[in-house]
Amino acid sequence: MKLYFRYVSIVLRSTMQYKVSFFLMVIGRFLLSFSGIICIFFMLSRFGQVKGYSLGDVLLCFSIIQMDFSLAECIGRGFAAFSSIVRQGEFDRILLRPRSVILQVLGSRFQIDRIGLIVQAVAVFIYVIAISAVDWTFGKVLTVIFMLFGGTLLFISLFMLEAALTFFTLNGLEVMNILTHGAKEHGQYPIDIYGKGMMRFCTYVIPYTLVQYYPLQYLLGRTQHWYYGLYPFGAVCFLAVCYGMWRFGMRHYQSAGS
Amino acid sequence: MRKYKKYLSFFRLQFNMGLQYRVAAVSGMVTQTLWGLMECLAFWAFHETDSFAYPMAFSATVSYIWLREAFMSAFATWYADGDIFDNIVNGGIAYELCRPVSIYNMWFSKTVARRIVAAGLRCIPLLTVAFVLPQPFRLSLPVNLPHFILFVVTLFLGLGVTVAFCMVTYILAFFTVSPEGLRVFFTSMVDFLSGAMIPIPFMPDGVREVIELLPFAGMLNVPLRIYSGDLAGAAMMRGIGLQCFWFAVLIAFGKLLCKAAERRIVVQGG
Repeated sequence: MKLYFRYVSIVLRSTMQYKVSFFLMVIGRFLLSFSGIICIFFMLSRFGQVKGYSLGDVLLCFSIIQMDFSLAECIGRGFAAFSSIVRQGEFDRILLRPRSVILQVLGSRFQIDRIGLIVQAVAVFIYVIAISAVDWTFGKVLTVIFMLFGGTLLFISLFMLEAALTFFTLNGLEVMNILTHGAKEHGQYPIDIYGKGMMRFCTYVIPYTLVQYYPLQYLLGRTQHWYYGLYPFGAVCFLAVCYGMWRFGMRHYQSAGS
Repeated sequence: MRKYKKYLSFFRLQFNMGLQYRVAAVSGMVTQTLWGLMECLAFWAFHETDSFAYPMAFSATVSYIWLREAFMSAFATWYADGDIFDNIVNGGIAYELCRPVSIYNMWFSKTVARRIVAAGLRCIPLLTVAFVLPQPFRLSLPVNLPHFILFVVTLFLGLGVTVAFCMVTYILAFFTVSPEGLRVFFTSMVDFLSGAMIPIPFMPDGVREVIELLPFAGMLNVPLRIYSGDLAGAAMMRGIGLQCFWFAVLIAFGKLLCKAAERRIVVQGG
């Protein structure tokens, strides 16, 4: 753990060498997702609601997914950039060092510019608390914490899965983007607006609904089942599956030869 | 004519290089199809919620989404040329400056070529898929022949506006050493203002009128809406006029900026 923080501090210091660029990056990311918020705002002020979800409900959903994804990207960026690590032969060097492989991969990148997104998501979240009709009981606060935990874990697992596939393909697969970035983009609306088929996929194939739809139903008071708030822990199982894939991939690793 | 031959060969070179990455193209295409489908579903949900508040025909939205996906690499500003930025950052630019060609024209033709290849490779299979999807998510045929012809013309004009804008961002990279931040900044702005996130008709009155005057509305907004007949008559003519205007302005501005940059260039080692 100490080693991880050492890695992080090195990456941070190297980022800070380009200050102007760094701040433009933070601002840029901020604007990029801010324009997403504005789109939600435009759409919902035009239509009033979507399948029974009001502006506040959608923004609540948005802010939580945003926090999940940004946190996951902050921490798990090493996995997301894994294809370049493999192709440049950096992974061979990683394997030679007597430290945990995952620790080194995670430590190789730390995307601090996502901090802008997290701040923004928190701001939206506070705004939602002000405008929406959710009455915050202890259970609901816990549910939000669980959602953040589960969601971050889910996205990190997906990054790991993407990295595991890189062992076989060497090149990053753009298709995986739909599961990570796509889920973040489209997950700003509760999944059930996309229809039954999408709900099934997002429950049984990649368990997005466990960290988004079900706990959200409980938060918004649309269900009496308090145990929906515990569903985010399902992400742990998914992490285990992805970790298995990672181990499997690593055993089959052949160097890119460079 | 001889003078332009060299730019034509830059074009050809880039074209052949683009053809090398077929697997990546297939993978990207699947991604885009799924992405477009998700978007259609989201708009469908809004349409089902309240079809009276819906500002365009649903089929026009569907066409808009599919055409946007099909021609994404032509219009997306984030599909910027990494190697041009790399050149600026790591000093390769010194060689380019030695060549007896105009930097602006060379980069312009390179960028246009790259975008046409990328879009050309992707659009055919993607459009094929979009034409056979079940209703209401199927891409419909263009409303009529004149609209289709205008669609093709404005598509190229839109590409011109996009590349002319990208050129400005490339040249601005001369002034900051690390261009990554600049890129993200512009990208985020353009994505929203050009109607790539939600089509411009969905924006509230007041905001929409202003955005329609900006150069970004001349990128994909005009051709994609002409295709479905959502933009017609006087409004269409105005859109095309604005496209031409901004194209000329952006090129002139880019060339001016390029001159200024060439004068004060500092090559960092290398």
